[in-house]
Amino acid sequence: MNWYGIKAIYIHEMERFRRTLFQSLASPIITTSLYFVVFGSAIGSRITEIDGINYGSYIVPGMIMLTILTQSISNASFAFYFPRFTNTIYEILAAPLSSFEIVLGFVGAAASKSLIIGCVIILTANFFVDVRIDHPLLMMFFLILTSITFALFGFIIGMYAEGFEGLQIIPILIITPLVFLGGSFYSINMLPEFWQKISLLNPVLYLISGFRYSFYEVSDVSLFTSTLTILTILIGCIIFITYTFSKGYRIKD
Amino acid sequence: MKNILEINNVTKFYKNSVKALENVNLNIKEGEIFALLGPNGAGKSTLINSICGIVNFNTGTIKINNMDIVKNYRITRKMTGIVPQELNLESFETVWNNVNYSRGLFGKRPDHNYIEKLLKQLSLWDKKDSKIKELSGGMKRRVLIAKALSHQPKLLFLDEPTASVDVELRKDMWDVVKKLNEDGVTIILTTHYIEEAEELSDRVAVINDGKIILVDEKDKLIKKLGEKTIKIELFEPIEKINGNLSKYNFTLDQTNKIISHTYNLNSNTTDITELLNDVKKDGYEIKDINTEQSSLEEIFIKLIKENNNELVRN
Ligand SMILES: Nc1ncnc2c1ncn2[C@@H]1O[C@H](COP(=O)(O)OP(=O)(O)OP(=O)(O)O)[C@@H](O)[C@H]1O
Ligand SMILES: [Mg+2]
Repeated sequence: MNWYGIKAIYIHEMERFRRTLFQSLASPIITTSLYFVVFGSAIGSRITEIDGINYGSYIVPGMIMLTILTQSISNASFAFYFPRFTNTIYEILAAPLSSFEIVLGFVGAAASKSLIIGCVIILTANFFVDVRIDHPLLMMFFLILTSITFALFGFIIGMYAEGFEGLQIIPILIITPLVFLGGSFYSINMLPEFWQKISLLNPVLYLISGFRYSFYEVSDVSLFTSTLTILTILIGCIIFITYTFSKGYRIKD
Repeated sequence: MKNILEINNVTKFYKNSVKALENVNLNIKEGEIFALLGPNGAGKSTLINSICGIVNFNTGTIKINNMDIVKNYRITRKMTGIVPQELNLESFETVWNNVNYSRGLFGKRPDHNYIEKLLKQLSLWDKKDSKIKELSGGMKRRVLIAKALSHQPKLLFLDEPTASVDVELRKDMWDVVKKLNEDGVTIILTTHYIEEAEELSDRVAVINDGKIILVDEKDKLIKKLGEKTIKIELFEPIEKINGNLSKYNFTLDQTNKIISHTYNLNSNTTDITELLNDVKKDGYEIKDINTEQSSLEEIFIKLIKENNNELVRN
């Protein structure tokens, strides 16, 4: 393994995060606060509790998932697309790095950033509502696995994108709707039966549900299916990336 | 001397089915400076990028130090450094971070002393904390060289190292290249400046339309293909070339005092002693004699022209 190489990519990416630390953290903090104002106060005054949990607290796990998903994808896709765009990728291609090591560096950094942001959101949420974490280890397990999985997903976008617009399309068209419809801000039990069935087709629902279980021991679906879902997406991304690299496709002419 | 790089039958098609390299065979000897010449789009960058792993080639094999660059890429890539043709750099990084980052990518443990020495050698030390975007084009080119040398490669590829570099800096750059070569680095460069190849290289190859059309030692090439011109300055102006001198295809300059004759070095058609005797026999007094040899550039243009004509004919 070329550890120095992986470290170089990792540090280089984290350095960018540090340089833009204010923007990187300000946006999730402000967004979280806005959600609390809008959803927590406005809706929370109508819906006081879901499954016996105060509404403001109930939406915290969903909000973290929303941020983790979008941040992991956008960080990883940008991080890998940017050197393709500026052509500085030549150096990574010429270096004695395997595809696995390249992915490890980029995805590791993107996932780390998401984890940091996730923790910052938990702290921010604490200012507004009580956040209880019944199963901290399980919570970390979901947080880390989701960060890695969607960083891999972002990496794929970064490999295939043909322009900066391309980086935005999938997150805006697919991920954001899935997260909003996946029960971030409500329990699907509140929906009519038909829409409950439809919601069960949404993989993000399983992630949010499992994650919420680690906080409050309440969930829409079983913990087992949640874990299985995230692992399936993870493995799917890994297979897809391996396949793309094995074709020598997309980054080398 | 041992070959450090062996290229066998390498062919490369780009996705849009442009054939960029066709059956390229080339051996580079350890310790030499090798110049790759050819017109725009000839395939120089493609060849270099194929060797360095930046593009995938379709068929053939490339070996560095007798190791296949695909199978043993971890070993071979550690030995090579590349300075790309374009100024591909990340604008917001500092010079220092940028160069250390490169060393890391190539799997070498950090060595700040070496990087400091390197930046000093390339006159970049006072810019080490500047962001790339604050540098001039020539400085950026040197940062690219520093990056390529950051992991102490044995084989260095310079794809047009002195494009966008001013005349003075070009001379400095040549000194850097020569110094590196003295330190044992084998160098392969592409250039459009023939005087660069002439100044630096031990051997040259000419590539046209994806094919290597010639490889030779620079001096031999100049001799073999080179024409020499002998210019004889006379004390008195001469009206017309006649008498013994009409044997030779002399031309007369505007002052009517300098007669020149062009001949090929290896074809032995001109006997210089006889030529000078003939000048004397005709009663001319020689003031000065001067010979000029054709430059690599002239040779190069001639070769490409011939090759293109051949391509058209086929
Ligand atoms: N990424 C690419 N995709 C498709 N075709 C390419 C690509 N890069 C180069 N080519 C084509 O391959 C051929 C060789 O190009 P190459 O860049 O190797 O030439 P070169 O000798 O380096 O030229 P120059 O002196 O202009 O740098 C050209 O016809 C060029 O258009
Ligand atoms: Mg080129």
